Amino acid sequence: MKKEDVRICVMRVGGTNCDAETKRAFEDLCVKAEVVHLNQIVNRKNLLSYDALVFPGGFSFGDYVRAGAIWAKGIAAKLGRDLKKFVEQEKPVLGICNGFQVLVEAGLLPGFDRVSEYPQAALATNEPTGYRCKWVHLKHENSGRCIFTQKIPKRQVLRIPIAHAEGRFIFPREQEKEYLQRLLDNDQLVFRYCSQEGEYAGGAYPANPNGAFYDIAGICSVDGTIFGLMPHPERAYYGWQLPDWTRREQVPKYGDGKLIFESMTEYLTKKF
Amino acid sequence: MEYRVRVEISLKSGHSDPEGETTKKALFELKYPVKAVNVSKVYNIRLEATSLKDAKGKVEEICRRLLANPVKDNYEFEIEEVK
Repeated sequence: MKKEDVRICVMRVGGTNCDAETKRAFEDLCVKAEVVHLNQIVNRKNLLSYDALVFPGGFSFGDYVRAGAIWAKGIAAKLGRDLKKFVEQEKPVLGICNGFQVLVEAGLLPGFDRVSEYPQAALATNEPTGYRCKWVHLKHENSGRCIFTQKIPKRQVLRIPIAHAEGRFIFPREQEKEYLQRLLDNDQLVFRYCSQEGEYAGGAYPANPNGAFYDIAGICSVDGTIFGLMPHPERAYYGWQLPDWTRREQVPKYGDGKLIFESMTEYLTKKF
Repeated sequence: MEYRVRVEISLKSGHSDPEGETTKKALFELKYPVKAVNVSKVYNIRLEATSLKDAKGKVEEICRRLLANPVKDNYEFEIEEVK
C-alpha cells in the first residue's frame, strides 16, 4: 500500500479532545487521517473501509462510571462485529490515554484470549490521587512484537507527557503474577515508567506518576497490532512541543512521539 | 412492573483506595478520630422488569457489563418494587 492510499480513522465521541493533534501527526507523515464521530461510523457502516483505527485522548462521556468505560461498551454494542473483523485483519488499533482506557475496558488489551468478555486489567485512580499533567520518561521494553514501536531500539528512553487522573495500570490482585508473566512471555509489555537515566521507577512517585503496577505505561495485544499507552505521543511529536525547546540552542525538528506514528505508518505501507 | 434499584460499587479488598486515603487524611487534619475511609459509588436506578427474578438478572448484567470492572470492583444491590 502506498502512503497516500492509507486512511486512518481517528474516532471521537463527546469529550474527546486530542483528535486534532493526533490527525496532524499522521498528516505530517503524509497519510490521510479523518476525525470521525462514532455515530457516523455506525450510520455509514464503514469501519472496515479504514486501514487503522485510533482512539485519541480526552474525557469521553465525562469519564463517568469509569474513564473509557462508556465508550468501550458503546463500541462493543454498536460496532462489535465490525471491530472484531477489523482486528482479525491485523489492522492496527492505537489507544492513547483515554483511548488506552477504552481498549482495556473493551477487553482488547491485554486480550490474552484475543478479546475478553470482561476486562482483564484496569486503569485505576492515580496514586497519589489527582489529575496529573507532566513530562515522564519511558523505557522501551518490547522485543519486536509491537508494530507501533518497531523504530525504537529496545531499552531506549523516551520523553513523552502524561495527562490523566485514572492511569494506574493494575491486574486482578489474585492473578497479578500470572498475568505479568503472560505479558512478558508474549512480549506484550511495551513501555515502563523510568527515571531520566533509564532506571525503572520501582512504583515510586514521581518517576512512576500514577502508581502503576510494575511501572506499566503501555502494552500491546498478543499479535502486536493493538497498542495502548497512557502518555500522549501526539504531544511530543514536534520539537517545539518539548518543554525545554526555548532553552536549546538548536530546536530539534521532532520529539520522541513521532517514532510511534512512524512505526505504525511503516507497518501499514509494508503489510497491506 | 417497575423496580427501584440501589447499586453500590466498592473496591475489592487488597486494592488501594487513594481517594479514601486522601479523605481520611483531610478528616484527620480536621481533628476527627477517623480510622479508615473507603469510597464507594452508588447508582439509584428505576428499571422495568416482568418479575423480581427478571429484575435481579437485569441488574446483575448491568453491573457486570458496565458499572463494575471485575478486576477491582465489587458490586451489591437492593431491589424493591415501585407500587
